[in-house]
Amino acid sequence: MIGASRRGNLLLALAGLAVASMPLWTGAYHMQLASTALIAAMFALSLQLLVGGAGLVSLAHAGFFGLGAYTVYLLGPVSVLLSLPVAALTAAVAALGIGALSLRTTGFFFLMTTLAFGQMLFFLFHDTPLGGGLDGVFIQRPDLIWVVSKAQRPAVFLLLNLAVLAAMYAGLWLLMRTLFGHALLGIKANEHRMRAMGHDVQRLKLAAFVLAGALAGVAGHMAALTDAFVSPDLLGWHRSAEALLMILLGGIGALHGPILGAVALTLLEEFSPLITERQRLVEGLVILAAVLLLRRGLAGIAR
Amino acid sequence: MSHVSRRKILVGALAAGALARPAIAQGAPLKIGLMLPFSGTFAGLGENIAAAFELCLAENGGKFGGRAVTIVRLDDESDPSKAPANANRLVGRDNVDALVGTVHSGVVMALVQAAREKEIPLVIPNAGNVAATRDLCSPSVFRSSFSNWQPAYGMGKVLAAKGVKKAAWVTWDYAAGKESAEGFRDGLKSGGAELTHVLTVPFPETNFQPILAQIAGLGVEAVGSFFAGGGAIQFVKDYAAAGLRDKIPLCGSGFLTEGVLKPQGAAAEGIQTALHYGDGLDNAKNKWFREAFTKATTRQADVYAVQGYDAGQILAAGLAATKGDASAIKALAAGILATKIDSPRGAFTLSASHNPIQTIWLREARNGENKVIGPAAEALADPGTGCKMAV
Amino acid sequence: MTTFLAQLLNGLQYGLLLFLIGSGLTLIFGVMGVINLAHGSLFMIGAYLAYVVAGYTGTFWLALPAAIAGGLLFGTFLEAALFRRFRDREHLDQVLLTFALILIFEEARSILIDNQFHSVAVPALLDFSVPIVGGFAYSAYRLAVLAVCLAVAALMLLFVERTNIGASIRAAAENPEMVGLLGVDARRIHMLVFAAGTALAMLAGALAAPLQSVYPGMGDGFLILSFIVVVIGGLGSIGGAFWAALLVGMVDTLGKAYVPQLAGIAVCGMMALVLLVRPAGLFARG
Repeated sequence: MIGASRRGNLLLALAGLAVASMPLWTGAYHMQLASTALIAAMFALSLQLLVGGAGLVSLAHAGFFGLGAYTVYLLGPVSVLLSLPVAALTAAVAALGIGALSLRTTGFFFLMTTLAFGQMLFFLFHDTPLGGGLDGVFIQRPDLIWVVSKAQRPAVFLLLNLAVLAAMYAGLWLLMRTLFGHALLGIKANEHRMRAMGHDVQRLKLAAFVLAGALAGVAGHMAALTDAFVSPDLLGWHRSAEALLMILLGGIGALHGPILGAVALTLLEEFSPLITERQRLVEGLVILAAVLLLRRGLAGIAR
Repeated sequence: MSHVSRRKILVGALAAGALARPAIAQGAPLKIGLMLPFSGTFAGLGENIAAAFELCLAENGGKFGGRAVTIVRLDDESDPSKAPANANRLVGRDNVDALVGTVHSGVVMALVQAAREKEIPLVIPNAGNVAATRDLCSPSVFRSSFSNWQPAYGMGKVLAAKGVKKAAWVTWDYAAGKESAEGFRDGLKSGGAELTHVLTVPFPETNFQPILAQIAGLGVEAVGSFFAGGGAIQFVKDYAAAGLRDKIPLCGSGFLTEGVLKPQGAAAEGIQTALHYGDGLDNAKNKWFREAFTKATTRQADVYAVQGYDAGQILAAGLAATKGDASAIKALAAGILATKIDSPRGAFTLSASHNPIQTIWLREARNGENKVIGPAAEALADPGTGCKMAV
Repeated sequence: MTTFLAQLLNGLQYGLLLFLIGSGLTLIFGVMGVINLAHGSLFMIGAYLAYVVAGYTGTFWLALPAAIAGGLLFGTFLEAALFRRFRDREHLDQVLLTFALILIFEEARSILIDNQFHSVAVPALLDFSVPIVGGFAYSAYRLAVLAVCLAVAALMLLFVERTNIGASIRAAAENPEMVGLLGVDARRIHMLVFAAGTALAMLAGALAAPLQSVYPGMGDGFLILSFIVVVIGGLGSIGGAFWAALLVGMVDTLGKAYVPQLAGIAVCGMMALVLLVRPAGLFARG
């Protein structure tokens, strides 16, 4: 997996600036829509560390996203400076436990076990009273550092989400250039060779799994903060599959692929209902097209 | 991230409105957002509510409070996780003046939230979560249907009056089921009887065997239940197949046998349920309504159609008081509370917490029909506990 | 105590139904190396097929052969048109392609039939109840399903253990590269396994239709449970899938009866335990 080229990063920065200027030229509704896309991008990006980085396809990832979101509900109205790290930590701890078990398996077994563990987290919020029931709950938002009025909210959240996504992207971009990043790519290319070279493959994978989980928790936290609503559906495995779709759609081999994929899918979801009400068919056909035709994703087209 | 709702804009300038003279008081038409399930398991309910609401609008010449009305339909798919975004589509993107919705009790909370925040009127035409007219009650939120507590209370009261001392409640493990259990408990208690067990099944599981095996050994004299749709069909059939029907009578909230008697067949025969409506209610308004609804849709009216029709009547009453101004919440609410709603279920008024004060009818399943036996609880109001309203 | 006996019977019946779904899945994974997330949807398709056939012909008995024949045909078609090509693809592609199938199958169901719950009548011949224990009765149909599942399980075990094709399937499941060397036509084995797996899932759906109604997404819960069966039973092992299905059915039923809020978690937790002790599956050979 490679980051965008210098020119690509410049284009991404320009797009970021355009999003940052949205409060100047558009209304609350479209800013909220943009926030939705940014959060989807964070979620897909965190999964890309596993898929594009270490070659691990996990179906438990939505569980960590949902845990981050539910942490906001369980904490109650505290400062965002507390809720954000706690959300990341909660997701990381869950990822450590689930990763340690699932990574004992490989291949299909890894897929199946992550699927089952993800559903276990889903059942935890769907069937028990812990998370306020299966219909979901409205939450009191954490306090931001300063007081934000109702009218300012969409713009403030937009900028906040943009900043978190930018930080996440920059962090992962740098991470993939470290020894750790190279080792992950090595595992993806040839696990046996890495093991023979003396790398502790298991530990490296677990580290990636935990980091990706923590980042998904951050994305979930931002979703709860933005929507002020959480529901067990956030944890369902369909969400994990959709994040995988964003990655594939954007480009499996590119770090910025998930961002492109998330934006494309959010726009598709917003505008295709104006044409047809058969949404599942649209999504299904998009996946078929992406898998069968667009082998290198949207990022591949630009290349 | 998939399946967002279809959006249909229907210019509701039906009949008279089509030849609109230049608008009199306020120029632009009034936009009413109908957020209902038009796909998924509850699609049929959503269609009936919408059709009956439009029937009410047509009856008013396409106008509420003297203003022509435009209807914006949005499919909520009964998906709670998409509810905030869907509510925002109506309120933020389409700028509706008033909201009507919805069926699913998880989805409706997003509408309640939007109505409270943006201070626009909302009429709930089905979802019975007690919170909407209890602790989350609001000057701008009204309900034309029922609270989950109400029908079950009526059923419990009837059982206690019959001399039942101990009863159990079986339901899916979700808000509607648990709130019904509380109503059942309170109804039983009003006659000195006791709710001894509440058994739950994870929603939407239809493998009821583990629960049925428990029931045989509980030592209760009656079993009440809250299931709807397919769950209701299966539960009633399995209850009979497990040999329990002749030993411990099954009863429930009206939804247990509502619209599902045909597939339930003989297993449902004799089951008593309590609801705020029955198809065969003998009053002039009901006869007129059922005919008019069938004429307009070629379908039979049901309790959902009645709730949709009354949602229209409630909005009409409020908007008449404000001459079509939907933002004057205080005057609108006052107008609604002062009006006796002439419903096919029998006339009712709204309580201080904006939930119908209505008669709950006892019905019995006979030959594929829910025959109304008589009132189970008359002029029953939801307790409205925790509702603190400034108005 | 009598209640507990009734629950054990419930668990047995549920577990046997799970076996029909899980056994096909484990063979497809083991022999073809293809992950199929749409396996739960095949269960749903079988149930809806039973609903349609029983509705048109007025007799449920035709629904069972229809589900088997339909499953064999549909499975052959899916294998030839799609899954054959997926074998060499990465897991990500397989996951997404079969996820796309779930979406397309659901939408097709919505277009061709509708989105409602439908009840399927129990065949008149078996529409009576048999007292079991302590005032709890079992419908004759439910007992018949139990017997049919047992018979299918026995047939499958005999087929896999005692016939030549069965031996090739076992060889393929244990060592996919071996098949070519043995001089067996691997393509025919794959087609056979996929068609049989599809037919089993659809037969399970048809059998279950009168027991739990047909409704959108009815296969979702079974998908997860059958995955757990495959993990616990060990990839590609029919015998393993049998015992694992009974175990999962039992735990799920007892969970729903005594700790309904934790039933879903309990089953997944059991899988976690198995992974901890024997990552290759509790009933895997060797």
